[in-house]
Amino acid sequence: MSIDVKTRPGSGAERTGPARQVLDHARAYLSKVRSGEVGALPAVAGIIALCLFFGALDPVFLSVGNLANLFGQGAAVACIAMGLVFVLIIGEIDLSAGFTSGVCAAIMAVILTDLGLSWPVGIGAAVIAGTVIGLTLGALVVKLGIPSFVVTLAAFLAFQGLALIILKEGTNITIDNEFVKDIAGGNLSRSHGWLLLAVTVVVYAAVQLSRWRRRSGRGLVHDPLPVVITRIAALTGLLTATVFLLNLERSANPQLVSLTGVPIVVVLLGALFVVGSFVLHRTRFGRHLYAVGGNREAALRAGVAVDRVRISAFVICSGMAAVGGIVAASRAASVDPNTGGSNVLLLSVGAAVIGGASLFGGKGTVRAALLGGAVVAIINNGMGLMGLSAGVRFAVTGLVLLLAAGVDAMSRGQGRLFGRH
Amino acid sequence: MLLELSRISKSFGPVEVLSEVDLSIDAGEVCALVGDNGAGKSTLVKCIAGIHAIDSGTIAVEGDSHEIGSPRDAAALGIEVVYQDLALCDNLDVVENMFLGREKLRGVVLDDDAMEQLAAETLESLAVRTIRNLRQTVASLSGGQRQTVAIAKAVLWNSRLVILDEPTAALGVAQTRQVLELIRRLADQGLAVLYISHNLNDVFAVADRIAALYLGRMAAVLDAADTTQSQVVELITSGRSNGLGITDSNGVQP
Repeated sequence: MSIDVKTRPGSGAERTGPARQVLDHARAYLSKVRSGEVGALPAVAGIIALCLFFGALDPVFLSVGNLANLFGQGAAVACIAMGLVFVLIIGEIDLSAGFTSGVCAAIMAVILTDLGLSWPVGIGAAVIAGTVIGLTLGALVVKLGIPSFVVTLAAFLAFQGLALIILKEGTNITIDNEFVKDIAGGNLSRSHGWLLLAVTVVVYAAVQLSRWRRRSGRGLVHDPLPVVITRIAALTGLLTATVFLLNLERSANPQLVSLTGVPIVVVLLGALFVVGSFVLHRTRFGRHLYAVGGNREAALRAGVAVDRVRISAFVICSGMAAVGGIVAASRAASVDPNTGGSNVLLLSVGAAVIGGASLFGGKGTVRAALLGGAVVAIINNGMGLMGLSAGVRFAVTGLVLLLAAGVDAMSRGQGRLFGRH
Repeated sequence: MLLELSRISKSFGPVEVLSEVDLSIDAGEVCALVGDNGAGKSTLVKCIAGIHAIDSGTIAVEGDSHEIGSPRDAAALGIEVVYQDLALCDNLDVVENMFLGREKLRGVVLDDDAMEQLAAETLESLAVRTIRNLRQTVASLSGGQRQTVAIAKAVLWNSRLVILDEPTAALGVAQTRQVLELIRRLADQGLAVLYISHNLNDVFAVADRIAALYLGRMAAVLDAADTTQSQVVELITSGRSNGLGITDSNGVQP
């Protein structure tokens, strides 16, 4: 069932035309999808279908203002989901990530507003608090051997209380700091948006092309050049369209207040995505995360520092949750005991799973968390526009999560026919 | 001799599992280790691999006596073990599995190109034709292909002695033959191979010499060419066969 996409010097790669290579590439991809490695496909298909659906029902959904809105609404969940992916990859779960974000946001709010200190102190304290929480959770799971489900369930309850205590039995702390408010509320200037686009595209193209040259030069498995160029062109087109749309005026009353530019939170998400992907796919630590999730015993025998890798996953998860909490606080311009509570955690886990992370471990990418986060945000946003009640929204989000988990389970079943486990 | 074990003894509490075992393996030969369950095959392998410490006796590699206290020591001496349960990660691809725990880096970044090239060269040198795409996950491989990856992983590290623990136990006929051919090629390339198996057909198909353990003692080490299957069966089941095998202190077979 495997299709040979390996080309070696002198093995006939030079003689086959580019059209043939592209065809082979497409066939290899199709066979991968059929054997159960669906990757980001369901999430992308879901985003397109949902956009068409909500766009047809309510044109407001496709308006520029709403596009910018979507990023703000989904950002906190996407951050937490990106962190959760690290824990899901090693086959664990962190149920406390939502309230971890709440606790960290509360710490930041107290430092900024009650103590009146500057934003680097507030944000730094929040992230450090997240790291310490992750270290504690990880140590309890790894060193004491308590299942992560139980440890983080306990933490879920405890942190809910901790947030209440920090916020003095439930006061709502307003955040006045402009820098913090800008994280989720501010926009880049138009020119900065274009500049960022140019830099992103140039760097992406350079990375892709140099990789292609290196690998084809060495005679290793590589995507055909037309595919690489198409990929660069597609990203360029997508980003250009996004920046163009976001640079349009989206204020209802432009004379009063002008509202244009790429939201800063998009830059933050983009940066976290790039760093997260780099760590997962290009570093030894990332490789070891997948190994631990795939077969812990094998990783141990191969000399992987399994304990350290597992604790690090929890630290990253809680650290990212802290960032998510900062984003949520910034968007609401306040922190209350419910920040990071209610359904935030479930939506985050849902986002990661919808994007293709597996609760069975060994699988998942940061990109998956972003795409899944987009699906969740679109559902909530679209149904909110339709005026549906919160009850219906929860029910539909639940169904979509079930669908995603079903696709995951089915793709595993499909794979088993081909000898996967 | 590449590896020389002399008078190796090992007890777990009061139970003597290995008793003054001698065995030597030369580069370029396949030595099969046979014996019934409980004869001490696994213990002997674990002593060589550094998992168990020996009570007495010496292990010499190329004439120099060495203490092997951990699997890392064994690896440093060029001794690699392919365990029965493979120890591969299903979700990683062939290259990633072969280099797991010993990844090549360029700065902090994984040097995937170099690893892939080295993996391809290793498989090439073993004349492996069954694995075509090095970037497919191990989960999508057949049992024989997985065994091939596990063996290739052991060969990758300039190893001199490869120990295979029942590599064909779970394989079908055609795949067993592929793996046996691979084992033969390892020896032809100058590696020493210690091959543990219960299947005497496989043993006779691939081994140069056959070492039979009986209740923790080395019953006999024979040239495969001068031996019959029934002799080996007798050595495995009773420790002796027509003047071969274990004798008591007076030189008389018990």
